[in-house]
Amino acid sequence: MKMANLHFELVTPEKLVRSEDVFMVVVPGTDGDFGVLANHASVMSTVRDADLLIYASEGATPETISVQGGFAQVDETGLTVLADAVS
Amino acid sequence: MASLKELKDRIASVKSTQKITKAKKMVAAAKLRRAQMAAEAARPYASEMEKVMTSLACKVSIDGNSSKLLAGTGKLETHLLVVATSDRGLCGAFNANIVKKARIEADKLIAEGHNVLFYMVGRKGIPIIKRLYPGQILKHFDTSNVKAPGYDEAKAIAADLTDLIDEGKYDVAHLFYGKFRSALVQEPTMQQIVPIAVHDGAVAESEGPGDYEPDEGEILAELLPRNLTTQIFRALLENNASEQGASMTAMDNATRNAGELIDSLTIVYNRSRQAAITTELIEIIAGAEAL
Repeated sequence: MKMANLHFELVTPEKLVRSEDVFMVVVPGTDGDFGVLANHASVMSTVRDADLLIYASEGATPETISVQGGFAQVDETGLTVLADAVS
Repeated sequence: MASLKELKDRIASVKSTQKITKAKKMVAAAKLRRAQMAAEAARPYASEMEKVMTSLACKVSIDGNSSKLLAGTGKLETHLLVVATSDRGLCGAFNANIVKKARIEADKLIAEGHNVLFYMVGRKGIPIIKRLYPGQILKHFDTSNVKAPGYDEAKAIAADLTDLIDEGKYDVAHLFYGKFRSALVQEPTMQQIVPIAVHDGAVAESEGPGDYEPDEGEILAELLPRNLTTQIFRALLENNASEQGASMTAMDNATRNAGELIDSLTIVYNRSRQAAITTELIEIIAGAEAL
């Protein structure tokens, strides 16, 4: 059975950058990177200035978005990253 | 009765005024579209921020060490009114309405025995506040050198406000801006920004995350200034959209008024021209008959 996808949203104050279903996202938390899959336990973390890795599907080459400051929140609806800026 | 030449000049001058107001109206319409898009694009962030904020606010208990942005200073003595206006005129009563709203609130607070200070964003509200409340403007945040106020300006204002409350310059802050309803309607709005007003209803429905990294306190310390920035940013965007909307409406009216004025002046002009011709004819005919 195919695993459920993770709903991922990346927002900056200027706009909604991403809103899509992906396999996994690796978030650069202040206390260390953590990968988020679907059905991840709810957690909230601050984000340091580093690269965010997005795996569209299992084993795919990750897409990199570098984020500057912000928050990541995981809850039952998915992962939301509030970043100050992205590049 | 004005002479023909005077009337002609008058019509030409009104026509050139109409050209200017028409151009300004079109510029405002184009800018309004952009400003509206920017305001809409910023909405997801603001609503996510609000969600996170409420889920966090119910987890953290307020005590003496809490941030002043959340808990306030414990006093209600000095109120800071952050009044956001535009830098340019030609937008009808837009700025006047915001300032009026702020004045009503200021007078109410003064009557209740509170101190009132002003923090002005944008140029247009300053003269009237300066005249009515001399020496009560704490600071003027200049936005005249940026095209449209953005997140960086909001950040700078939020940092200012945070510093000022830490220095004990004020206890409660209210933000005044023009909320954008449509190109025709802009609603002057007051919003309390410091300390944060948490809605009780919203807290109950959100469960909040189970785990915090690093911990609630540190996240909150990061989140509060950011939340303040977001609120101000949203106000600035709304203000910008409102300003363009008001400007568009005002210029549309001005163009129409100029058109009416031109019409009535043209009628007067033609009438006096005909009168002059008639008089001349009568003189000639009378002269011919006399012979």
